Amino acid sequence: MIRAPLSLRLRLVLQLLGIAAVLAILLYFTVRTVAEQAAETTQDGVLGAATLSIAERLQGGDDGVGLDLPYEAFAILGSISQDRVFYRIEASGETLTGYSDLPMPSETSATVVPVFYTVQYRDAEVRVAAVARTVLVARLPVQVLVMVAQTRLGQDAIAQRVANRAAALGVGSFMLAAALSLLTTGSVLRPINRLADAVGRRGPQDLRAVDHPTPAELRPLITALNGFIARLRGALSRTETFIAEAAHHIRTPLATVRARAEIAMRQSNSEETRETLRAVIRAVEESSRSAGQLLDHATVIYRSDRLVDETVDLASLLMGLASAFEPTAELKDLAIKVSGTDRPVKVQGDPPLLESALRNLLDNAIKYSAPETQIDLALSQDGVCARIEVLDRGRGLLGQGQSRLTGRFQRGKNSTDVVGSGLGLTIVEEVALAHGGRFELTEREGGGTCARLFLPLG
Amino acid sequence: MRFLLVEDNADLAHSVADRLRLDGHAVDSAGSLAEARDCLAAAPYDLILLDISLPDGDGRDFLKAERRLGRDTPIIVMTARIEVSDRIDVLDLGADDYVTKPFDFAELEARCRAVLRRRGTALQTVQHYAGLTFNPLNATLSVGAELRELRNRELRLLEILLAAPERIFSKDQICDRLFSYAESVTDNAIEVYIGRLRKKLEGSDARIETVRGIGYRLTSG
Repeated sequence: MIRAPLSLRLRLVLQLLGIAAVLAILLYFTVRTVAEQAAETTQDGVLGAATLSIAERLQGGDDGVGLDLPYEAFAILGSISQDRVFYRIEASGETLTGYSDLPMPSETSATVVPVFYTVQYRDAEVRVAAVARTVLVARLPVQVLVMVAQTRLGQDAIAQRVANRAAALGVGSFMLAAALSLLTTGSVLRPINRLADAVGRRGPQDLRAVDHPTPAELRPLITALNGFIARLRGALSRTETFIAEAAHHIRTPLATVRARAEIAMRQSNSEETRETLRAVIRAVEESSRSAGQLLDHATVIYRSDRLVDETVDLASLLMGLASAFEPTAELKDLAIKVSGTDRPVKVQGDPPLLESALRNLLDNAIKYSAPETQIDLALSQDGVCARIEVLDRGRGLLGQGQSRLTGRFQRGKNSTDVVGSGLGLTIVEEVALAHGGRFELTEREGGGTCARLFLPLG
Repeated sequence: MRFLLVEDNADLAHSVADRLRLDGHAVDSAGSLAEARDCLAAAPYDLILLDISLPDGDGRDFLKAERRLGRDTPIIVMTARIEVSDRIDVLDLGADDYVTKPFDFAELEARCRAVLRRRGTALQTVQHYAGLTFNPLNATLSVGAELRELRNRELRLLEILLAAPERIFSKDQICDRLFSYAESVTDNAIEVYIGRLRKKLEGSDARIETVRGIGYRLTSG
């Protein structure tokens, strides 16, 4: 089984947290070590000073080494903490005073600079400072070794305090780094998220190239994506061209068939033949209508992904369409009455698509109207939307829902005697949606259908 | 009416010409733009029916050239490509109207009539019969000094009957020409229109006779 790779965010966060943890631990140990050394140096300084001040007081004499122990030196030592202090003064292999079992320095070289060492003494670790001094006893030089030892409780306490602080510092810096790494991750990933959003927000038919500003690292991805979009668009456009060509090649022979069928019908006296020819003509009409609407539909799909954004005056568009449809309406003695077109109503949109939608509405109204009735084309606006109403006195919806009638290749159950392809209302609805408008189909009061197209004003 | 049909598909040209002649029109057929120019030079036409793609050029260029030269014989473009942009295009170039193939001849005729009415340039329009003066372009019928308006279906019914007075037309024959094939009509729908037309003919010598079991005919006296 292939596991999905870790998310980029998780990866980045985990790695940054790892680095932060390592740095925090290093910081902890560094601070601790430095602090312990500093504490030891301080203790050594005090011990050394005490040792030296004892050594200072050594006096040579004729009968031995004289010593006047400076108690203030011990006081200094003792004042630091509860530490115990030991001393030993040794001369010529003999302990003059103090603790004779206090370990001697490993190196007995006489030095006036204190030597420091740490040993285990009486169940405790002690730090010892040793100073050698030469005094004259009976005119002979005698080397006297002064050792002062101190337990390390105070220093340990300091070390413990420092360690606690270092730990707090480590944890604090880790938290800070963690917070910063989250922020960083967010900001690094933001362009990716924005891009994903921008692509995700697109409508299902939006095939424009992605031109969202992106960092250089994402550009290969965008290029690949745009290449893919372009190929898809190419495929769609080839399909559209194909449908247009197909429509052309189907229509010309159909026109011949229709003309021939009408001629034959005129000349025939046999009712059977005429019935057959009527069926032929109806079939011709049906297929040419389908070809036309398939093309219209393909055009709507193709154009709605890159809507031409022009200012369209619905008033003049409606008047033009009404006069173009007049001869067709006249054949059924239908009157087309246009209202609300005395002043321009402007929307932003794609003129061919808008024309296609209105043409389909008018075509439907004419097809389904009873002869010698009126079709009302009313244009109005309410400040936000332009509203186009197409009202007929046809057979109405017969209780069928709009969603059924606007579905692709769906036709009303009351329409079997009228030629149609079931794409007309689909086209109208798609055009409305592509323009951010909507389409409503309702029963008209007093019989007939009321089709309303709402388009946002430009 | 006298038509010039410019269409390179011989089958279609033939059929359309035949079909138009059935309605009593005179049709000359041209298979190319060159032929069309020859025809136009030789005779006047009421209307040109123009295809777009022709062997020696684009119908739209022909249209443009005609208009530029100031020749204004009405032109109706026949298109097979029905992209909206094409339709708008030809109107901008000076076409009077367009029809999409395959066209309904009743609609073509209605469009021709509308174009000629707009232009007011028809060569010969008025028909006379038994004290009637019939002007199909204006859809008017004069009986004596009285002018009566005809609705479209009444007008077409009169045209059918007037094309062959005394000839009997069956209900079906009339229905086929009066109603679109795309709509269904009841058998007696025709009677409504016959009744109305009879009213409009009142006062003249012309009358519509019912031939029982067969159909109708226009007769006088």
